[in-house]
Amino acid sequence: MARLGLISRIRRTGRLAEAVPERAGGGVPDLGGSVQVRHVDAGSCNGCEIEIGQAFSPVYDAERYGVRQVASPRHADALVVTGPVTRNMAGALRKTYEAAPRPCLVVALGDCARNCGVFAEGYGVAGAVSDVVPVDVEVPGCPPPPGEIVAALRGLSGR
Amino acid sequence: MNLVVTGLGAAVSVSGVAAVAAVVLPPRWRPGVVGAGMTLAGCAGAVAGGWALAGRTGHAVLPALLPLGTARIDVDALSGWFLLLVGAVAALVGVYTAGYVGRSGTGASSRTALAALPLFVAAMLVVPAAGSVSTLLAAWELMALCSLLLVVAEHAHAGRRGAAVRAAGVWYAAMTQAGFVVILLGLVWLAAACGGESFAALRDAAATVPGTVRSGVFVLTAAGFAAKAGMVPLHPWLPRAHAEAPGHVSALMSAAMVSLGAYGIVRVGFDLLGGGPSWWWVLLASGGAVSALYGILQAAVAVDLKKLLAFSTAENTGLILLAIGAGGLFADVGQPALAALAVAAGLLHALNHAAFKTLLFFAAGSVVHATGSRDLDTLGGLSRRMPLTTAAFGVAALCAAALPPGNGFVSEWLLAQSLIHALPPASTLNAIAAPVAVGVVALTAGIGVVTYVKALGTGFLARPRGARAAGAREAGPVMVIAMALAAAGCVLLAVAPGLTTPGLARTVTIAMGAPARGLAGGTAGLALPGVAAVYAPMLIVAGLVVLGVGVAVVVRLVGRPRRRAIAWGCGNGPQSERTEYTATSFAEPLERIFDDVLRPEHDVDVTHYAESAYIVERVRFRRRVPDRVEAHLYGPVRAAADRAGRAARVLAAGSVHHYLAYGLVALLIVLVAGVIR
Amino acid sequence: MIGWVIAAGQPVLVMAVAPLLIGWMRLVRARLEGRAGAGIGQPWRDLRKLVRKEPISPAGSGWLFVAAPPVLLATSLLIAAIVPLAATTSRLAGSADLIVVVGLLLLGTAALALAALDTGTAFGGMGASREMAIAALVEPTLLLSTFALSARAGSTSLSAIVTAGAGHAERLVSPASLLAAAALAIAVLAETGRMPVDNPATHLELTMVHEAMVLEYAGRDLALVELASAMRLTLLLGLLANLFLPWGVATTATWGAAAIGVVVLLGKLALLAGVLAAGEVLLAKLRLFRVPELLAGSFVLALLAVTASYVLA
Repeated sequence: MARLGLISRIRRTGRLAEAVPERAGGGVPDLGGSVQVRHVDAGSCNGCEIEIGQAFSPVYDAERYGVRQVASPRHADALVVTGPVTRNMAGALRKTYEAAPRPCLVVALGDCARNCGVFAEGYGVAGAVSDVVPVDVEVPGCPPPPGEIVAALRGLSGR
Repeated sequence: MNLVVTGLGAAVSVSGVAAVAAVVLPPRWRPGVVGAGMTLAGCAGAVAGGWALAGRTGHAVLPALLPLGTARIDVDALSGWFLLLVGAVAALVGVYTAGYVGRSGTGASSRTALAALPLFVAAMLVVPAAGSVSTLLAAWELMALCSLLLVVAEHAHAGRRGAAVRAAGVWYAAMTQAGFVVILLGLVWLAAACGGESFAALRDAAATVPGTVRSGVFVLTAAGFAAKAGMVPLHPWLPRAHAEAPGHVSALMSAAMVSLGAYGIVRVGFDLLGGGPSWWWVLLASGGAVSALYGILQAAVAVDLKKLLAFSTAENTGLILLAIGAGGLFADVGQPALAALAVAAGLLHALNHAAFKTLLFFAAGSVVHATGSRDLDTLGGLSRRMPLTTAAFGVAALCAAALPPGNGFVSEWLLAQSLIHALPPASTLNAIAAPVAVGVVALTAGIGVVTYVKALGTGFLARPRGARAAGAREAGPVMVIAMALAAAGCVLLAVAPGLTTPGLARTVTIAMGAPARGLAGGTAGLALPGVAAVYAPMLIVAGLVVLGVGVAVVVRLVGRPRRRAIAWGCGNGPQSERTEYTATSFAEPLERIFDDVLRPEHDVDVTHYAESAYIVERVRFRRRVPDRVEAHLYGPVRAAADRAGRAARVLAAGSVHHYLAYGLVALLIVLVAGVIR
Repeated sequence: MIGWVIAAGQPVLVMAVAPLLIGWMRLVRARLEGRAGAGIGQPWRDLRKLVRKEPISPAGSGWLFVAAPPVLLATSLLIAAIVPLAATTSRLAGSADLIVVVGLLLLGTAALALAALDTGTAFGGMGASREMAIAALVEPTLLLSTFALSARAGSTSLSAIVTAGAGHAERLVSPASLLAAAALAIAVLAETGRMPVDNPATHLELTMVHEAMVLEYAGRDLALVELASAMRLTLLLGLLANLFLPWGVATTATWGAAAIGVVVLLGKLALLAGVLAAGEVLLAKLRLFRVPELLAGSFVLALLAVTASYVLA
């Protein structure tokens, strides 16, 4: 019965994904329409995580642009780093970057990742993401809205 | 005198000379001379076997060699198959022995241990060549005694190791002698009923012997031979003896000696008795099936490398006995060609098993030699420190796991073919037995893969889990040569199984009186023309190599160079060897799935600080998978024997008067019995 | 001539189609979840990118880690050349039978498990241990359930089984056939690591089976592993379809029949994969130690199927 309920709900709901916005840009030629991202929480307040979750939800559906989240940095083309880099996570972030195969892009997601935001000069903060690993793309906002996250990731995949 | 008898004679003579040399030569010369002697004897035996397989026979009668009768040698193709098997294994082990035992003059290189080795080989060569009951029994007993000496070669080790060796010796001695007694009873009974003890006389008269005697003889001899083959539940000696014996002895015993158990059953059951009712064979086949499953399950959860190999021997002999049992069953229900095919599969598996098990024990011996440890949980990292040994073990593991293109796969393929083509079923029994047997073979093969992935993956790959594995060095050149030769044998049997078919067909015709159904071989592989079944290993090997190399080259051309990085440890790390999976943890899911069968014992021991019962000082976890069959079946027997021994102690009071009285009473009883009769 | 073309063409076909099949399954899933999805070409884009990237070997690993992905792919290609997918008339179909095919599948699994152990990481060992425990129960089921059909055809050659099935449609609804179909379907799910045995989309290491084994692979190594996994899924689905719905497979060595065979095969694959993807949306993953119960159940079904084929033959 539960299964039947699920099926009819699927039918009633239909497609949730919003219409495709304007094309973002050329993308990174090496990647050719496929970006696997590994998310690293370097000390975030979890605001950005909620928005990343939304970016992959049915409504924004980042997957349709060839973006997928993966479980291991070995599989990743891009690291999405959120939060100011705390002292405890600086080493882990560096190791994650080392573990990923080249070419590896780094997306600093949110104001904290770009310039430590409200946590700047906190005693536990080692610095912004760019102080630890080279950053290729920045997404401003506190937190950035899902649409802009999707746009940034789309900029990598070029789809 | 033809080449068969000459070869056999040469083998026995060389063995005798080598045994004498081992006694008189100084320790530094001993291993080389004994090894060379074994290799020569083995080659001579293999030549004799090969000649017999080519269709020649050999007879020799040596009066007055044995105290109570004439020694008869009677070699046919069936003997030849096992002569070839034993000879080839002995020749390889000879090379290995020269490099393995060392020159200390103690333990495996002591005078006794080295003198027993060529005698053991000679006895094993005479067993399949024996042409009479007394010759067979004499050779069988010599084989048992020599192997017992070899098992306890390292009994003088200090501590637990020495105690384990002595315990293994006691188990082996008790079980092998009990086995000898039942074989003796069975064969003597048969000889008495037939009125002659040469195999020719038995063969002629066996059909006239009453059914109950025939059944009695079969059950007794089959029990004795199956005990030597390590069939569950007659197996407890096997994991102990094979694990505690030195590497070269384990190889000889596991590859050659246990196969002679299968030889005995085929010789007596088919050749001498001429087959029998279905229940004999169902009994044998179910023993084989239980053996195969129980053996491979125990092997899958074993953490001792040599114990794992020993249980895998029980599994493989189980499959051989299953094939022989299936053959007997098919023969009884009137499908002689199919029966011959099943027996051919069993015999081929005996040869394949001998090849890969020799290599496995060689590699395991090298590991023990290099690290002093058999515990898979402390090994690892050998693929870089001992690359040749690892490669040898890898080849053998591929074969033993019955994966294509290994040689174990060939015979299991043939066995499955013979079972599946039992159609239309000739009897209800057949219709039930064949599918169950197919299921057993399939499940055994599946768990076998887990076992050998575990052995290779945790024993040899990744990083070392212990200091001794970290300091391992590659085996010496002589041992490496022996491993390379054995590996070449495995590869030959794997890619060109068709080479064995003419000899195999002749062997089976001797045993079953009918040629195997449509078994045709060529250089390409095996084919069963009647049923459109083909296995072409050359093609599989060529395909895998060409495709694999091709794929690797293509992706390398378009890709970037490889980089080395520390293993991903979730941003932590580098991970230490303590986070690696061990053999115990690898087998844990399987242990859990089959816990009703295996009943693993877990023991958690928590020690608290004296100050507070809430603060833990130490937690100790122990896990053991005991042999349930042994505990439940042999525990009561041992307890009863123990009680009887204690009770009988009163009789042995140490007084000479008592002993004289016992003698007198015994004499009286014998006289009275004689008079009454 | 046409036999060789089929033997060479089937691997190429499977290699080309397998990523598209994965893309199709993801698309079906996405649509049922209300998403748009990435399109069926996405797995090919992923592979193209992965091949260009740098491969990484973890410190302490040996040659086996590097050798396993080509071996895995080679076994898949070889199986594709042997089994009857579009046509039963492959030149190599007579050289290897179903036991060999199951053995080759297991060889690939074992190679990957050894490579995972070779990394020396906890996740690699965990994945290998689980995968092998499942494989130990799955392979016998694969073997037994196809045996049930081969007993009927009188041969273990898969081509002969499919040809016999196409010739005698009434046998396909026999008890042996139905039991074998159920058993084989479960075995295929387990073998290819789909729901409810394994979740291919999981990001949580502790719930992984197959994914945990390949966590260390990067670049072209990963591309080979992913392509081989996709091919194994395609092969097994194709085999499942042809064993129990053998219509449309080319049993005669003509170009026309082969062309029809390809089209029908693609249709069957799309249908089965769509059903599988829809099922995955509705199913939850089983707890790891409930999986053996499912597999033991399928093993018993397969054993019953073999017995039925012997008794009712």
